[in-house]
Amino acid sequence: MRYLPQTKKSRKEMLQTVGAKSIDDLYVDVPKAAFVKGKVNLPDHQGELEVERYLGAYANQNHAASAGPFFLGVGAYFHHIPASVDHIMQRSEFLTAYTPYQPEIAQGTLQMIFEFQTFIAQLTGQEVANASMYDGATATTEAALMAMRVTKRKKIVIGNTIHPSYRGVLKSYMWNFDGEVEIAEGQPDDQTACVIIQSPDFYGAPHKYEEIRKKCDETGALLVVVVTEIVSLGLLPAPVQADIVCGEAQSVGVALSYGGPYLGFFACQEKYLRQMPGRLCGMTEDADGKRGFVLTLSTREQHIRRDKATSNICTNQGLCALAFTVHMSLLGEDGFKQLARLNHEAACRTADALTKIDGVKLLTENFFNEFTVELPKPSKDVVEELAGRGIISGYALDDNQLLIAATEMTTDEDIQTLAKNLKTVLA
Amino acid sequence: MSVDTKVMEMTQPQKDDGNRALHYEENLLWEKKRSDHPGVDFPPVAGTKLRTGVGERGAIGLPQVSEPQALRHFVRMSTWNYSIDHGFFPLGSCTMKHNPRLNEKIARHPGFAHIHPMQPESTVQGALGLMYELQNWLAELTNLPGVCLAPAAGAHGELAGMMTIRRAHEQKGEGKKRRIVLTPDSAHGTNPATAVTCGFEVRNISTKENGMLTVEAFKEALTKTDPDGADIAGMMVTNPNTCGLFEKDIMEVTELLHKAGGYFYCDGANFNALVGKIRPGDFGVDVMHINLHKTFSTPHGGGGPGSGPICCTEELAKYMPVPTVLKGGETYKLEWEDDRPETLGRLKGYQGQFGMHVRALAYMLSHGADGLKQVSEDAVLGANYILRSLEEDYHAPFAHQGSCMHEALLTDKHQKEEGVQTLDIAKALIERGFHPMTVYFPLVLPGTMLIEPTETESKDAMDRFITVMKEIAYEAKAVDAEQYFHGFPHSSPRRRLDEVKAARNPVLRWK
Repeated sequence: MRYLPQTKKSRKEMLQTVGAKSIDDLYVDVPKAAFVKGKVNLPDHQGELEVERYLGAYANQNHAASAGPFFLGVGAYFHHIPASVDHIMQRSEFLTAYTPYQPEIAQGTLQMIFEFQTFIAQLTGQEVANASMYDGATATTEAALMAMRVTKRKKIVIGNTIHPSYRGVLKSYMWNFDGEVEIAEGQPDDQTACVIIQSPDFYGAPHKYEEIRKKCDETGALLVVVVTEIVSLGLLPAPVQADIVCGEAQSVGVALSYGGPYLGFFACQEKYLRQMPGRLCGMTEDADGKRGFVLTLSTREQHIRRDKATSNICTNQGLCALAFTVHMSLLGEDGFKQLARLNHEAACRTADALTKIDGVKLLTENFFNEFTVELPKPSKDVVEELAGRGIISGYALDDNQLLIAATEMTTDEDIQTLAKNLKTVLA
Repeated sequence: MSVDTKVMEMTQPQKDDGNRALHYEENLLWEKKRSDHPGVDFPPVAGTKLRTGVGERGAIGLPQVSEPQALRHFVRMSTWNYSIDHGFFPLGSCTMKHNPRLNEKIARHPGFAHIHPMQPESTVQGALGLMYELQNWLAELTNLPGVCLAPAAGAHGELAGMMTIRRAHEQKGEGKKRRIVLTPDSAHGTNPATAVTCGFEVRNISTKENGMLTVEAFKEALTKTDPDGADIAGMMVTNPNTCGLFEKDIMEVTELLHKAGGYFYCDGANFNALVGKIRPGDFGVDVMHINLHKTFSTPHGGGGPGSGPICCTEELAKYMPVPTVLKGGETYKLEWEDDRPETLGRLKGYQGQFGMHVRALAYMLSHGADGLKQVSEDAVLGANYILRSLEEDYHAPFAHQGSCMHEALLTDKHQKEEGVQTLDIAKALIERGFHPMTVYFPLVLPGTMLIEPTETESKDAMDRFITVMKEIAYEAKAVDAEQYFHGFPHSSPRRRLDEVKAARNPVLRWK
């Protein structure tokens, strides 16, 4: 009971003040049938050592990305996280604070969010950004919903190969509209609310936006650009042509952690500000004229607007936004660009090594840090077999295709190990 | 001019930078002198020809500082934050309890922190096993056997739960006709926002009289447009409710709802009053979300990440979002759309906030069945202690009806007569070193103050809070109270901030 400060004595004293004989007297409004008889059927409390041992056993059954060659990406990337990032994240003042509803005693979180918003706006080449979303998939869905509010149209066009999970989430949310929302492929028309383009796309290929921007201008559709690997924005031109840029920022400062918590981001042109979902932090002054920050434009939000809010989102990913902001401050302009470049070069070296193997064909001529190859064998079997040899080789697409990612974590030895073993498995 | 004065003049700083003892000022990263090297060292790039095919990015305009400068920047900013580790944080409905560091340590084990959501299942059996065990704990604690861990936060869990209800009606061929969701006016703002996101229409039930749902008011809302309630999809009720009261007619209300064919969605924000002692499945709940960041101690992190798994009845389980973890023999697997075609689909990119699942299970194991029961009992006792200690000093609208659950509700009715309002009381608390309670929520009465001490506050800490609250009530009776209170807070890093200015002329980034 180490987390509970009450003692037998303090409980007794408090009951006296309350004027109750026992704790159960305080539960008089609860129907008898709803009480657990005795205790729930679960083990009793345990010490720190026992819990650590018990859960450590689960952890030890997993193959960590750090335990061997690792080439899996598809929207979640294994990157290095500087030690300072986790130190700042674990500071009580950030870790155990609430959403900054009382700005006088939450300026640390608020200024951090303001800096986060600035980083995201700069990286995406957009005018404004919000304080984060759950993840890339939900951020993309919120982008489509916002485009529907702005254009008052109900058709979503998927412009290229977006991440299948993102598409799945989009489909689930749109089901709420009773079949009134159409999700189509290809080109926008005059019914289209937005075109969603992912870059680099699901197979790893970067895209240009000039042509699709022109089509959007002709039809009045918004252009949504999805970025699942935010490090790519250190090498690829910013999607300044977009109306909304959203996606996943896990790559900077946030651990893989089996899929979450991650860091969705959302940026757009300022003219759409009042239609944005999520929290926004703005600059202002205090009673003494000192600069300070507050959550602002909350008249868009659920706690004020209730059923007329722009989104039902409340809590977002504050601590992950902090990790991102600390990591970005360490990277700086030069470090961020260098990191992007190192990722690209690692992918180039990996691609070159693999395409030397008989029957392995590179399908994405252009890529950032992830590319698709065709194998002479079903890729699912290859992935399983390599996993058995301690190598996480990538993501098996249907048929013979394999999606392979490399980052600054990828060593030449990793590449050689993969190449050697892939050759054996394919032989 | 003496030499001393000359020296004084020479050393006189240009401008007061505002720093005082342990009170620091800190500018934005973009306002610092740009270093010629960043706070990271990488191996040199090879400079090989780019194979991106789209040209290269130009200058971005990012700031650049060394590691000590970056670290100091954030440490100084952190000193401007109040946190649960600093002191009492009685934010009602938010359950600001102690966040054990054991949880943090375990979540950082490489076997949890460095596993990828798309790894072959054979390589993440431990992660799946942990999720499976967490599902079982939640199922047992709620007596609702269907559990989906995927939702990312409370509001996301609400969405998952309400979509589950919608899916169920649709599969039964009643999707088009059941479009109304009943919510009491004491509900969290996310409830109506969620119902609308799911395509439902919201109908309010008034609870003004005694802060509770009454059978009469419920019946009226249920049959307003259809005598049998055949247009009702369900109700969204927080229980205990946001006035801090257990809905004592809940069984009767639920029976009426079920008879009419509707489902009961319970907002689990206040589960801390019940955990280990009362099971929502036993008072008629069909589906609910659990805030792992409230009841199960995962840190709030200054606004997330949260985690909002849902629990539901066996009937609704097939409609829940994917994935869930299944066990076959000694092997765990994720159940996706192909395995469960009735599902409403996926609502999150991957499997959910796994890092929070680890933390929550570490907390549950630490407390166990006996400890969790003690958690809810201590939480309820603490709130009642505060309520009874302050009911003479503040208007306690429902105190005469009996005890509260884990939150005590007060209003500023008495103090308002002297021109002192809830906001002023909150700011006076800041001046006295406390984080304020939740203010102006619930909306059922003007000037509400919702106080949730949680089980992790000692009696001493609560006594200090009670003393200060009494002092504030006393000071509010003074002649010039209005003016006196309006100046609070004086000693915080910033004083009252101009929110109107922020909204009128939004500056949302450095430029």
